[in-house]
Amino acid sequence: MSAGLVIVGGSYAAMQIAASAREAGYAEPIRLVSEEPVLPYQRPPLSKGYLTGKFTPAALPLRAEAFYRDNRIETLLGQRAESLDLAARRVSLAGGGSLAFDRLALATGTRPRPLPLPGADLDGVLFLRSLADADRLRERLGGAGSIVVIGGGFIGLELASVAAAMGKPVVIVEAQERLLARGVSPQIAAFLADVHRSRGVALRLRSTVRDIRGANGRVQSVVCGDGETLAADLVLIAIGVVPNTELAGRAGLACQDGLVVDRFARTTDPLVVAAGDCTRHPSAFAGQLLRLESVQNAIDQAKTAGATLAGQEKPYESVPWFWSDQYELKLQMVGLVQGSDRHAVRGSLEQRRFSIFYFRSGRLVAIDSVNRAADHMLGRKLLALGRSPTPQQAADESFDLQTLVAA
Amino acid sequence: MPAVVYVLKDGSERRVDVPEGTSVMLGAIQNNVPGIEAECGGCCSCATCHVYVEPAFADKVPPPDLSESDLLSGVAAERKPNSRLSCQISMTAALDGLTVRIPDKQSL
Ligand SMILES: Cc1cc2nc3c(=O)[nH]c(=O)nc-3n(C[C@H](O)[C@H](O)[C@H](O)COP(=O)(O)OP(=O)(O)OC[C@H]3O[C@@H](n4cnc5c(N)ncnc54)[C@H](O)[C@@H]3O)c2cc1C
Ligand code: FES
Repeated sequence: MSAGLVIVGGSYAAMQIAASAREAGYAEPIRLVSEEPVLPYQRPPLSKGYLTGKFTPAALPLRAEAFYRDNRIETLLGQRAESLDLAARRVSLAGGGSLAFDRLALATGTRPRPLPLPGADLDGVLFLRSLADADRLRERLGGAGSIVVIGGGFIGLELASVAAAMGKPVVIVEAQERLLARGVSPQIAAFLADVHRSRGVALRLRSTVRDIRGANGRVQSVVCGDGETLAADLVLIAIGVVPNTELAGRAGLACQDGLVVDRFARTTDPLVVAAGDCTRHPSAFAGQLLRLESVQNAIDQAKTAGATLAGQEKPYESVPWFWSDQYELKLQMVGLVQGSDRHAVRGSLEQRRFSIFYFRSGRLVAIDSVNRAADHMLGRKLLALGRSPTPQQAADESFDLQTLVAA
Repeated sequence: MPAVVYVLKDGSERRVDVPEGTSVMLGAIQNNVPGIEAECGGCCSCATCHVYVEPAFADKVPPPDLSESDLLSGVAAERKPNSRLSCQISMTAALDGLTVRIPDKQSL
C-alpha cells in the first residue's frame, strides 16, 4: 500500500486540502496531523460571538467527525510535526515516531507575534489564536476591571467591541498613526476609530508600550513609551502574526516571510504543496507575491492544493475577501486597497451603511462595505470578471451596478 | 425533534433531525450533509450556505432580513425567489419536515 498523503496542520487549509484532494479523486490514504487536541474549527468567532456565548462550542467544528471518517481522512490530533526529511519522505512527530509519505501538504498557519518586553509573561497577559486561547480569554473577560489591547488590528478591535459592549473600560494602544494600517484604507480606519470612541473605547495612536507591570505574578498595568501608566488586569497582545515556516525552512523549502508556493500551491519540492496563512503565493489578482491571512485564502488555496495532489491543474486565482464584525457593524472587504489612487463613496457614512470603492488608474481594485453586503457580493463578481464602474457610477446610487455584471 | 430534508446535488435525499434553535446550515455540517460549505460559520458574511426552500414551506419560514437578502444577491448559483442562506433559518417545531434543495455550486 502507498504511504499516501500527510497533511501537517489542523485548521481551514488542512481540512480543505483533504476534502478537495478526495473530491478530485485522490484515492491513497490521507493522514492529517494537528498539534491541536480538537478537529479543525472556526477561528473568527473566537474574537466575536464565542466570547459572549452567542456562538456555542457545538457550532465551532468546520466539519463533523463523520466527514473525516466517510472521506477516509485519518486525524492524528494533539501531535506536533517536529521535522521533515524530504529525501526519506518522513515526518517526525514530537512525541517520537514518524510517518512515511508519498505526498506532503503543509498548512501550518501562523502564530501570534510575540512582544519581547518585560512582563509579557505575567498572568493576565493573553494572546488570541486558538480555542484554548479563547477559553482563557473568555474566563477572564467577565471579571476584568480594565482592559488594555496592544495592537489596533482586526483581532484587537473585535475584542474591544465585545468588551466595550459588556461595559468594560478598554484602551487600545497602537504604534501606527491609525488603526488597521496594514489591512484597510485610511477612510475605513477613521470611520472605525470614530465608532470605537463613541462606544467609550480609548484609542492611543502613535503610542508604544515600554513594559508591562504586575505584582505577585499578576498583571496590573501597562507603561507606554511616553511614560503614562494604564491600569489593566487583562492585557491582550494582538500585534499581528508570524507564519509557521520553521518546519519547511529547516527541510530546505524556500521561505520568505511565508512558505513560497506557485499558483498551483506547489512548494520548491515537487512532492510538497502548501496552503493558507503560512504561504507566500503569486496573486493573479495583485500581480505580485502575497501572504494573506483570511479564511477565503486558506480555503481557496487549499482547493488548488487538493487538485494538484490529485494530478489536476486548478490555478489559484481568487479575488481576496475578508470580513469583520464589530458592534452591530458588518464589514466586508474585497480586493486589495493598497496602491489605490482614488475612491468613491456609495451610501451614507452617517447611517453607517456605505461602501467605499477604490480605483487605481481608473480601474476598480477593492471595495470595503459597512452593512452593505450587496455591494460586497457584486464586487466579488466585478473584480473576478475584471469589470469596473467609473468612480461617478460607483458614487451614484441611481446607477445599477448589476448592469456591469450582466453586460 | 424536527427534521430537515436536504435534497443533494445528485437528487438524493438526506433526512436529518435538527434541534429547535439550530440552523439548517449547522444541521447539515453536524450531520455531514455535503454541499453546504459555510465558510463564515454562520455569521451571514459568505453566502456559501445557499439553499432553495421547497415551495410548500415558503410561507412557514420567516422572511430574510436585510443583511441576508443583500448577501443573497451575490450567491454563486442562480438566485431564485426561494433562495435562502441556510445559516439564517433557525429550526422550530413548525418547520418539521422542511425540505431544502442544495444548489450545484456555492462559490464563484
Ligand atoms: C481570533 C481570530 C479571528 C479571525 N477572524 C477572521 C475573520 O473574521 N475573517 C477571516 O477571513 N479570517 C479571520 N481570521 C483569520 C483566519 O482564522 C485564518 O486566516 C485561518 O485560520 C487560516 O487558516 P490556516 O489553515 O491557513 O492556518 P491556521 O488557522 O493558523 O491553522 C494552522 C494549524 O496548524 C497547526 N500546526 C502548526 N504547526 C504544526 C506542526 N508543526 N505540527 C502539527 N500541527 C501544526 C496549528 O496548531 C493550527 O491548528 C481570524 C483569526 C483569529 C485568530
Ligand atoms: S454560513 Fe456564511 S453566510 Fe451562511
